[in-house]
Amino acid sequence: MSANTTHNAQPAEGLTFYMREEHHPEQSTMIGFWIYLMSDCLIFAILFATYAVLGHSFAGGPDAKELFDLKLVAINTAMLLFSSITYGFAMLEMEKGNKGLMISWMMVTFFFGACFLGIELYEFHHLIGEGAGPGRSAFLSAFFTLVGTHGIHVTCGLVWMAVLMVQMNKFGITAANKRRMTTLSMFWHFLDVIWIGVFSFVYLMGVL
Amino acid sequence: MASHAHSNAHGDHGHHDHDHHGSHANHGTFGSYMTGFVLSVILTAIPFWLVMGNVIADKQVTAILIMGLGLVQIVVHMIFFLHMDTKSEGGWNMMALLFTVVLVLITLSGSLWVMHNLNAYMMPTQMTPEAAKQLP
Repeated sequence: MSANTTHNAQPAEGLTFYMREEHHPEQSTMIGFWIYLMSDCLIFAILFATYAVLGHSFAGGPDAKELFDLKLVAINTAMLLFSSITYGFAMLEMEKGNKGLMISWMMVTFFFGACFLGIELYEFHHLIGEGAGPGRSAFLSAFFTLVGTHGIHVTCGLVWMAVLMVQMNKFGITAANKRRMTTLSMFWHFLDVIWIGVFSFVYLMGVL
Repeated sequence: MASHAHSNAHGDHGHHDHDHHGSHANHGTFGSYMTGFVLSVILTAIPFWLVMGNVIADKQVTAILIMGLGLVQIVVHMIFFLHMDTKSEGGWNMMALLFTVVLVLITLSGSLWVMHNLNAYMMPTQMTPEAAKQLP
């Protein structure tokens, strides 16, 4: 901002500005990313609506009560919750400027996220092996689409986290890396929020 | 990048202090993260316990409790992990969120309503073709 006036032909000394309004936020990444998350939220809303409509169309196949293993889902939920708090710790270390500790917490977060994904893939593999794949009934199609879309998001988050760990290691806690870290934080916690809907509405209500 | 007027938890409008260059709203503290974590563990454990332990005989009540606790947990995550408040980004975060919530409610309730009616009126499971022709 201050450099702008030196490029002008007119002398800058005599110019004074009186701002009646707030400054526009110079960095619009956060609000932009938030709006992306909200649009992602709409995707999930539509998938939840689809599941709500088709969730009882078993086509003579297995229903939720027979298929879902709540113990596995509980472990999965714990993994995602732990990854949320450890990412929070990574954010706090970033604020303090401790690069080493921050990257360690990111590694822990990555580990929990990878565990979540592994358990989910195991569950999918198990279901398909039992003949309850996405092609079996409308209920299973909707289930695999909803939970699978969440899983793809987690996968993207993990790739992002891995890349960011390398960048943090190489370039340190720069302004750009801070911005990336903050947006990934929003993304990661947002996925946790979606998972609350999944385990409440799909798994717990299904087994009930 | 001078004079950010971002509304921090401790920054008031019009007072353009230069302390938080490029930093955004509140980042939370160790305490706030732990509060959020403990709350969400409790709010996750209760519905799992309700279902896995068959605590309440009435399934309707259990279902309402699960969805209610889920909603509370979403709010907890929004506040303690996503640091939502009415002031971040000059209130636009909250506006976008409220708009999305409205759209989500319309999508969910509309889909369920329309599809329920379609099922009720157009699925000829308990109806002969002759009876269907007699419908208004």
